Amino acid sequence: MEGMREKILTFIEKNSRIDLKELAIVLGVDEVTVANELEQMEAENIICGYHTLIDWDKTGIEKVTALIEVRVTPQRGMGFDKVAERIYNYPEVNSVYLISGSFDFMVTIEGKTLREVSQFVSDKLSPLESVLSTKTNFILKKYKDHGTVMAEQKKDERELMTP
Amino acid sequence: MRNPLSETIVGIEPSGIRKFFDIVSEMKDAISLGVGEPDFDTPWHIRDEGIYSLEKGRTFYTSNAGLKELKVEISKYLYRKYNLEYDYNHEIVVTVGGSEAIDIAMRAMLDPGDEVLIPQPSYVSYLPCTVLANGKPVIIELKAEDEFRLTKEEVEAAITPKTKILVLPFPNNPTGAVMRKKDLEAIAEVVEKHDLFVISDEIYSELTYGDESHTSFASLPGMKDRTITINGFSKSHAMTGWRLGYACGPRLILDQMLKIHQFAIMCAPTTSQYAAVDALKNGDEDVAMMREQYDGRRRYVLHRFEEMGLPCFEPLGAFYTFPCIKEFGMTSDEFANALLKDQKVAVVPGTAFGACGEGFLRISYAYSLESLKTALDRIENFVIKLRKQDK
Repeated sequence: MEGMREKILTFIEKNSRIDLKELAIVLGVDEVTVANELEQMEAENIICGYHTLIDWDKTGIEKVTALIEVRVTPQRGMGFDKVAERIYNYPEVNSVYLISGSFDFMVTIEGKTLREVSQFVSDKLSPLESVLSTKTNFILKKYKDHGTVMAEQKKDERELMTP
Repeated sequence: MRNPLSETIVGIEPSGIRKFFDIVSEMKDAISLGVGEPDFDTPWHIRDEGIYSLEKGRTFYTSNAGLKELKVEISKYLYRKYNLEYDYNHEIVVTVGGSEAIDIAMRAMLDPGDEVLIPQPSYVSYLPCTVLANGKPVIIELKAEDEFRLTKEEVEAAITPKTKILVLPFPNNPTGAVMRKKDLEAIAEVVEKHDLFVISDEIYSELTYGDESHTSFASLPGMKDRTITINGFSKSHAMTGWRLGYACGPRLILDQMLKIHQFAIMCAPTTSQYAAVDALKNGDEDVAMMREQYDGRRRYVLHRFEEMGLPCFEPLGAFYTFPCIKEFGMTSDEFANALLKDQKVAVVPGTAFGACGEGFLRISYAYSLESLKTALDRIENFVIKLRKQDK
C-alpha cells in the first residue's frame, strides 16, 4: 500500500485537480481504493491541503513576499517548537521552517506593500522575547515556484515529420 | 540535359503523410496526436553535460565508431539490462540516430536481389533503406488478431532462397506491440534453420509496460552472431533532437558498417555523445519516471477507447495505440482527414506504416494528460456523430 500512496501523492502533488475516476484509471487501480487512500491521508494530515499556484505579478494586484532569516533563543524545555508556534500563529506568516546553518528559522511573510511587511517585522516579529535578530529579504521576482517555472508557458514545439 | 536523377531513388514513393501534415501545421487550433517523439524535455543533467562539453571546447570529431567512454557505457548498459556482452572496441558503432544504423546495416549486408523480410505495420524507413541498398523488400503483414506480433509461420511462409535479413521492429511503432520472450524464441528457430540475419530495431526497448520487460533478440542462444541490435537515446531519454543511436553486432558485419559510417558521416555529433555518457551513467531514474507517466496515459487512452467503443488491443510498448475504425466504412486516410476537418484533431492513418494498416489509426500518447483529454473528447464527439449518421 505504501507504493500506492507514493504514486497517488506524486501524481496529485503536480495535479490536484484531476478527478477521482481519472486518477484511478491513470494509476491502474479501482476508484474506491483511490478514494479510500485519499480520505485516509487527509485524515492523517499527510495531505494538508489543495492549493493553487498563482503568479500574482501577472494580475496587477499588489503582493509582496519576504524571506526572513530569524535567529532565536530556544525556550527552556520547549526547544524551538514553542517559538515557531509563536511565529506561525500570525496570519501574515506564510511558512516557517527550522533550518540548519547560521540562523534558526526561515519565515515567509506575505503582505500588500513593503511597508506592511516591514512593519510586521518591526512591530510583531522582532519584539518577540526569544527573537535575537532578523534579516529581511524581499523577493523581487519569482522565477520558479513549487517546481513550476513561472516566467514562460511551455509550448509544444515538436514538428510533424515522417512518422 | 540528361536526366540527373537515379531511377532507384525516383522509384521510392515519397512519404504520403507529408500533405496531410502540411494541412495540420497550417491549422492554428488543431490538436495533434500525430507526433512520434517524447513530449518530455531531455533531463536537465544530460543537457547540462552537453553544455559543459561545449564550454570545455570539446568541439572536435570523435573517433569514427564513437567516444570510447560512450561505447564502454553502452556495453555496460546492454550487459546490465539484457545480459548482452559486446566488445566496445569492435562490436559497437555510435550512429546519427537509430535511423542511420538501419541504413548502414542494410548496406553492409545486402547484395542486389537479396530479400529482406519487413513486418508491417512498422516504421517507414525499413523499406526505402532496403531498396537503397539494392535489396528486395518482402512485406509480412501482421494481424490485429495476433496483437500485431510476428509469428514463426508468417516468417516461414515468406522465406525464399534469396531471403537474407529479417527486420524485427519491436516494441513496435505504430502498433505498440511487443514480442514476448517465447515469441522471439520461436522466431530464433526459424532464423537458425534458414540461416538468416536479423536487424532488431529496439529503439523503444525502455518503454514496455506490464510484467514482462523487454527481451533483446540477440540475448537468445545463438542469435548474437546473427543479429544487429539497434538502439539509441531518442525515445528512452527523450533525446530525439540530439540524433544519437547505436548499432551492436558481430565484428564481421560491424567492421563493414563502420566503413559506410566513416565515409558518409565521419562520426556522430560530439556534444550529443558527451551528453549520452551522462544519460547512461545517471539517467535510469528519469527513464523510469517517464515510463511511469506514459503508462498512466496509456491506461487513460485505452479506457477512453473502451468507453467510446473503439476496438483496440492493449499495446504494451512504445507510446502508441492503434485503434480500429473499420466499423465506419471509411479508409484510414478518409477518417483522419474527416477528423481533422470536423474536430481539428490530427492522427496518423495506419496506412502510413504499410498497406495492412488500413482500418487503423496511430494515436500517440506522448502528450500531456490534459491534451490527451481534450483530443479524446473531440474524437469521441466525432465517433458519436458518425454513428448517428449511419442510422
